[in-house]
Amino acid sequence: MSDVYTEKLIEHFRNPRNTGEIEDADAKVTVGNPVCGDVMSFTMKVRKEGDKEIIEDIKFKTFGCAAAIASSDILAELAKGKTIEEAKKLSYESLVKELGGLPPVKVHCTKMAVEGLQKLIEEYEKKKKQQ
Amino acid sequence: MNRYVYLDNNSTTPVDPRVLDAMLPFLKEKWGNPNNVHRKGREAREAVEDAREKVEKMINCKDGGVYFTSGGTESNNWALKGVAFANKDKGKHIIATPIEHKCILNTCKWLEKQGFDITYLKVDKEGFINLEELENALRKDTILVSIMLANNEIGTLEPVKEACQIVKEKSDAYFHTDACQAIGKTEVDVEELGVDLMTISGHKFYAPKGIGALYIRNGVKIDPLLHGGGQEKGRRSGTENVAGIVGMGKAAELVMEEVSKDKEKLRRLQKRIIEGITSRLEKVYLNGPSDLNKRLPGNVNFSIEGVEGESTVMMLDEYGIEVSTGSACSSTKLVPSHVLIAIGLRPEIAHGSIRISAGRFNTDEDVDYFLEVFPEVVNKLREISPLWKG
Repeated sequence: MSDVYTEKLIEHFRNPRNTGEIEDADAKVTVGNPVCGDVMSFTMKVRKEGDKEIIEDIKFKTFGCAAAIASSDILAELAKGKTIEEAKKLSYESLVKELGGLPPVKVHCTKMAVEGLQKLIEEYEKKKKQQ
Repeated sequence: MNRYVYLDNNSTTPVDPRVLDAMLPFLKEKWGNPNNVHRKGREAREAVEDAREKVEKMINCKDGGVYFTSGGTESNNWALKGVAFANKDKGKHIIATPIEHKCILNTCKWLEKQGFDITYLKVDKEGFINLEELENALRKDTILVSIMLANNEIGTLEPVKEACQIVKEKSDAYFHTDACQAIGKTEVDVEELGVDLMTISGHKFYAPKGIGALYIRNGVKIDPLLHGGGQEKGRRSGTENVAGIVGMGKAAELVMEEVSKDKEKLRRLQKRIIEGITSRLEKVYLNGPSDLNKRLPGNVNFSIEGVEGESTVMMLDEYGIEVSTGSACSSTKLVPSHVLIAIGLRPEIAHGSIRISAGRFNTDEDVDYFLEVFPEVVNKLREISPLWKG
């Protein structure tokens, strides 16, 4: 595991592709705590294709270090286009791998991003049941 | 192409080219061991003693001497442990502040485990100690008081002279000050301050890393930290780092010649940075003294609402600007700086702290570029922050 930020991470930090908020989102969550130095808020839009539910878009707003911002962006990249069932299996390790490695003290950022996705899905499914 | 602007001089300073030039012969042809009596040895000894004289002169040392060490951390460890163990029969009480550098605080923590009793004075929201509290904290068994001259994060210039007077009047304790940040940025005079021990670090005043010193007044009872061949009058063993010592000597000479000019420039740049940030951004809060006469010249520390410090540092780095967040030594930890917590900042505000510190080689153009880029970076990060409701 690398002790410094990879070029890929820095690129996602410098030019995140998925920032902002989806206005007519199907789910909206916030994870983390400002006291700990990281807060991530995510919005998600899902579309149906036959009996499949596909994540059409995820956008984020993140307060945190470069790793937190890059992890949020990579999460959105990896989750987009996946079905809800596939997205449930997304692990923080796959985010670390996608970023080309992370300093050990920053791995919690990827865990927080994955927690955000799981909560998005939970909220989406809860809303679906209520309808 | 972006400019390159280094505004992190409280972390370390660049080696002055004149310092490097003075050092090079001692890494090339003058490689002797100063403890030898032959020609090569004498040549090195002469250079070491010449450098000692310059460092002593820089701090106006008249009663006692300067002993070379590997840097600020060693000097601080030595001052505290050396005095504690040499004077433990007199007492086991030590007074310090909660905003000292980690090498003081962690030494205190270790001394507590060895049976010493440490009192940490409170500091106010600008980082200043309270002299009355210091007076009340003194006890019969107090053997040492250690209060830094200038805080490395928020630039507080502690009232060391006044504190030292109180300690001398009301107790038999020794007084140590960590002057790592102050030297080179402002005048430091051990006679005026009245301190018994003072820590000096070369790389904070344009000498290289790995060289420092401890000033010890005559009559101070202190044990060595390093035992061995008896160098430095038996007080600090180990073959001298001759090139480093020569470099620090040259750096001291330059400080004597240039500190008043440097100080004036650092004050001007500091004022420009503070006013520039305040006028260009809303919800930014200056940490540390607002009265610049009580603040380390060149040091600026702001909390920026809605953004986290490390990402600000990283984004500025993309523009070729180098600054710090919290304490550079703590940036691998996920806890906000102990100094910012001690002055009462909420953790979420402390996480957004940025330290900008100017040095001898900065120019007004550096500050122009910084002030042009900084608001852009903050606004970019605020735009993607869920905590920013601007």
